[in-house]
Amino acid sequence: MDQAGAHTSAPTFHALQDHDVTASGLTKSFGQNEIFKDVSFRLVRGEAVALVGGNGTGKSTLLRCLLGLIPFDAGSVQLLDHDIASANRAGLRTLRAQTGLVAQKHNLVPRLSVLTNVIHGFLGQHSGPRYWSQSFAPAQARLAAMEALDKVGLAHLASRRADRLSGGQSQRVAIARALVARPRLLIADEPCASLDPSAGEEIMAMFFDLVRSEGVTVVFTSHHIDHALTYGDRVLGLAEGRLKLDATAASLAASDLRGLYD
Amino acid sequence: MTDLSLPARYQRPSALSFLGYASGILLFFWALNGAGFSLEKVLSSPPRFADFASRAFPPNLDPKVLERLSWKMVETLQIAFAGAAIGVILSLPVALLAAQGLVVGRITSTVTRTALSFIRAVPDIAWALVFVVAVGLGPFAGVLAIMIDTIGFCGRFFADDMEAVDKGSAEALTATGARKLDIAACATLPASAPAFVSTSLFALEKAVRSSTILGLVGAGGIGIELKVGFDLFDYPTAMTVILMIAVVVILIEALSTWARKKIIGEQR
Repeated sequence: MDQAGAHTSAPTFHALQDHDVTASGLTKSFGQNEIFKDVSFRLVRGEAVALVGGNGTGKSTLLRCLLGLIPFDAGSVQLLDHDIASANRAGLRTLRAQTGLVAQKHNLVPRLSVLTNVIHGFLGQHSGPRYWSQSFAPAQARLAAMEALDKVGLAHLASRRADRLSGGQSQRVAIARALVARPRLLIADEPCASLDPSAGEEIMAMFFDLVRSEGVTVVFTSHHIDHALTYGDRVLGLAEGRLKLDATAASLAASDLRGLYD
Repeated sequence: MTDLSLPARYQRPSALSFLGYASGILLFFWALNGAGFSLEKVLSSPPRFADFASRAFPPNLDPKVLERLSWKMVETLQIAFAGAAIGVILSLPVALLAAQGLVVGRITSTVTRTALSFIRAVPDIAWALVFVVAVGLGPFAGVLAIMIDTIGFCGRFFADDMEAVDKGSAEALTATGARKLDIAACATLPASAPAFVSTSLFALEKAVRSSTILGLVGAGGIGIELKVGFDLFDYPTAMTVILMIAVVVILIEALSTWARKKIIGEQR
């Protein structure tokens, strides 16, 4: 913890850069159980930020608070230059149309085809039955979804049912769905936690190749210290309900992060 | 060596549990008393039952009677299938309104669930009486009674099924800014489909059982033949009706079980 604490000075704020997310004094409790308190950080446009910490430190909750999927108790979140607490339902949807979520469990709709699942990534931008199934979708949406599938190497499985894919394939489809509508911000909550080490490495490498080539801002959680240091430009560390670490990955060693898990 | 004293096999119930058990037993005897339960009548019934059986057997197998009853049974199944199918289709939008947190707010879902509770609280035979008054005697009243009964059943269980599905897919779509209706259509409904099919097959079984007695109040189907058989002391024909109903209901249940296994089994 001491090693991690060495980097706890003030969170790194980049005053002259564009920010996709600014979290200030975020606090969240479930009943009497305080999850985190007074957490502040910024995500610079185009950077990849790793959020690390032990089990139960509130990493997943914090990520969901950034998109307003879970309400927070105190503090504020500026998402793409808008305060999400003051945004109405339609406003929040408009903001979310520029974001995506890749979860630990791929969260595809099991009985639908791979292509339909990817086309669902457009629903934030295009509402209505034409985007409910690949059968009704406009030609350009089908083409864009096929291109997204091609990028994750699964164009040949477009017609397969999502529940007939392996774990690694499912996560690739989830990534294609998250990227198909060209979001500005992606949240990835332990994207390789449910995969074996080999598939996990493959997915992480492919995911970060794609997001970097598209200039997407990413904040991701991982229990793999090496993933945080390899794929993150910056690392945020949560421990004991506080943000204990905010430093560039280049300035950190694995031993600096291990302290967060003590 | 550590102390390995075994726990007691039985634990003494708490005072509250004891009171609960005692109340349950008292309630049981109170119900028996109110329902006119009589051991004496039970013991004296076998001779009367034997008398009925001797007059009902052999069942009436006259080809003309069998043909007439078969057509009535076909009508019964038509009432059941038509009523259940329309009921299942109408249950989908109703269930969307009844499911909490899916498409509508808490007030709308509470009002819808209360309406569904009312529909279920009224027995199907009472609905048949209402529709006989509304649309006249005949199978159409039966179809409407089965339809409304199916909406009460499926509307509630479809809503429960939708509330119970894994929320992961819905969350992933919410994070992209999708609207509630899009999320329900794209994530919740497809994930609930196997449960819907299973519930619908149960509704069909229920509809077939119900449709066999709707004729008692003039709402079509084979029930009227049963009533006439008993009213005219034509027990052999009544017995034929009972056996036909039993065979058809058992067959429909077997078919439904097979279809359910086939459909659920396909899901991986």
